Amino acid sequence: MRRVAVVGAGMTLFRHRMLETGKEMAFEASRMALDQAGLDIKDVDSVVLGSAPDAFDGVHMKGEYLLDGAGGTRKPYTRVFVGGGTGVFVPIAAWWQVASGVADIVLVVGEEKMSPLLPHPQYAFWSIFDPILERPLGVTLLWIFSLEMRRYMHVYNVSEEDIALVAVKNKRNALDHPAAQLAANITVDDVLKSEPICWPVKRLDVSPTSDGAAAVVLASEDIARRITDDPVWITGVGWNVDSTYWTNRDLCYPEYLEKAANMAYRMAHISDPKKEIDFAEVYDPFDYKELHHMEGLQLARRGEAPKLTREGVTQRDGDLPINPSGGLLGVGNPIAAAGMMKIAEVFWQLRGEAGKRQVKKPVRRGLAQAWGDLMQVGTVVIMER
Amino acid sequence: MTKVAIIGVGYSGYAPLTPHMSFKEMMFEAAKRAYTDAGINPRTDVGSFICCEEDLWEGISITDEYVPDQLGGAQRAVCTVSDDGLVGLINGYMQIKSGLTDVVVVESHSKLSNVVSQGDVTRMSFEPYYERPFLTAETAVALEMRRYMFERELDDDIPAMVVAKNKKNGLGNPRAPYSAILSMDEVLSSPMVCEPLRKAHIPEPADGCSVTVLASEEKARILVDQPVWIRGVGWFSDTPWVSQRDFSKAVYAEGSSKMAYKMAGVNTPAKHFDFIEVDDSYGYKELQHLEALGVYTKENIKRAVEVGETDLRGPLPVNPSGGKISLGDMVEANGLVRVVEAVLTLRGQGPRSLRGAKHALVQSWRGPPTASGSTVILEV
Repeated sequence: MRRVAVVGAGMTLFRHRMLETGKEMAFEASRMALDQAGLDIKDVDSVVLGSAPDAFDGVHMKGEYLLDGAGGTRKPYTRVFVGGGTGVFVPIAAWWQVASGVADIVLVVGEEKMSPLLPHPQYAFWSIFDPILERPLGVTLLWIFSLEMRRYMHVYNVSEEDIALVAVKNKRNALDHPAAQLAANITVDDVLKSEPICWPVKRLDVSPTSDGAAAVVLASEDIARRITDDPVWITGVGWNVDSTYWTNRDLCYPEYLEKAANMAYRMAHISDPKKEIDFAEVYDPFDYKELHHMEGLQLARRGEAPKLTREGVTQRDGDLPINPSGGLLGVGNPIAAAGMMKIAEVFWQLRGEAGKRQVKKPVRRGLAQAWGDLMQVGTVVIMER
Repeated sequence: MTKVAIIGVGYSGYAPLTPHMSFKEMMFEAAKRAYTDAGINPRTDVGSFICCEEDLWEGISITDEYVPDQLGGAQRAVCTVSDDGLVGLINGYMQIKSGLTDVVVVESHSKLSNVVSQGDVTRMSFEPYYERPFLTAETAVALEMRRYMFERELDDDIPAMVVAKNKKNGLGNPRAPYSAILSMDEVLSSPMVCEPLRKAHIPEPADGCSVTVLASEEKARILVDQPVWIRGVGWFSDTPWVSQRDFSKAVYAEGSSKMAYKMAGVNTPAKHFDFIEVDDSYGYKELQHLEALGVYTKENIKRAVEVGETDLRGPLPVNPSGGKISLGDMVEANGLVRVVEAVLTLRGQGPRSLRGAKHALVQSWRGPPTASGSTVILEV
């Protein structure tokens, strides 16, 4: 197994509606990542793209459509897909290209343009449900996540106030992110009083729909050492998909994420993640998901994440900073690009390049995680200096 | 680094209609056969599952949600590669090479009989602003076919001979639903779709599912007597813009085969292989691909067809399985379908004339309007 490093990262603004096409956004993010690595597209051996449902753009084989924007013309190029977990999965698919020795430099691009879908991108998600058993109910993602949130609150006796603290923290963290879409200084009261969308999910509990792209460059050890003094190593990767039948699972705890995390921890030789992970970018499309995922990642005991949040442990200056970027709640949620944003944030934090977002304590090891499908996929990447 | 072998194959469907099976049941059946063939238990022996599919063919967004259960992959590492099945196989190869795991399952399927408007779905894969208003799969293909035939000075009968050959090869393959004895004249008198493309040139849609099990050398030697080794892999894309391509050649097949040849140390592809499975859509694609693979040149490709060099009993059988023309178009499964055919042939379970074959090449193309393709070199 060859060592694999991240050597550059870039991202576009995350906005509700970008004037740039998907191809242009993919180009912009790729160009920034290559620039930071000091590389040109002709140095790249292979390109991997991540993008979520084709239904957003109304383009079949969206990977082929975005090909030239992502730099894939006349190169080995492919697209991988695990729903919302895609963003953190794309670098994993690039990792095995480098680790296996098939490629030396791989460009990894996450792109999403949700705005073309009218009246609202949420409509595309209706088509993710089982066509016979679930679609006739007119079910939406917000429904099923409100079920999950309610179950989590019930089993661990978590209050809406505790959950709202996550939205307050992440939106405030995002004030320091130059690409952020929904950074704000809000209070717990604002969250509680915001319009209920599907109780207990309220408007400020949810991340926005967004357009955006993010990219990183991966390189083999010898090349990484040649082009940078400060490579960040990918030391653990893991992913896991649970059964399609989400109705048959206890939604209070993400077992699939525990298994994905354990796969990554084993590879990175981590036995006590709570002590050995310095900070984490966990997937927070809803505020309760940050807590849920901290527990699945075993960064907190079951039901303990709200307490850590209340005590300020997860703040940027806390013992275990979670989502110092501002996360999806603050920076925005262009699905595959959002996961890639987390990979980029871990890279910048570990290099000390996060500027005002830099966490207080010195950091050596960070984790990025994403989640998707029918509350079913966990993807985990561990990075170290 | 470890070598990687194919230790099990399974298939299901391979028919114009499969009303008795859902796509999940088809996957279950193919997977069960592949696991039995490899002698593995998916719940304990498999490190990773890869599925190749596209949302719009399935009619389900984020269609990878519906993959794990029927493959035995729930709460395991499962992912979708939104590409041809052959690219999925290549990703599985790299997962094993990287040391991540030692057994990988690769699956791909087609349930085209569920797709009411295949042409409209294909049309949605064209660039939406500049190309979709003007092109369909048939017009884009006809433009390229015309240009290729013009540059190689081919008459209408050459692509028709390829179609006739592959239809006939399929008669020896129990899995090929569209095989037939079809004369060149019959091909040339089939209805014109878009000159020079005729109905008989176009592969008919089919349902089907293919599953392969890959393993590291160590595992392969324990589990099976006759592993089929993957010696080289390559995948490559030309520009996505139809209008920017050189219609006379298949750049993607050239790029992917060069990558695979380098890996496998193949210097003279024209002499190296006992048989070849290439994408043979519309007849002329078989010729364009054989040129790109370096097996024939633009000077000798015409003669090779005329004298029957690529026939089942010729010196270099091409598409002994009957190809896409006989097996049918199974969209993202096309590449993996051919891997299954090549593996069975290398094991001596294919055409009698190819018993003892040792080296094979499988090439695939994602179909119009793409210029993306892949190549895998197999050996026993």
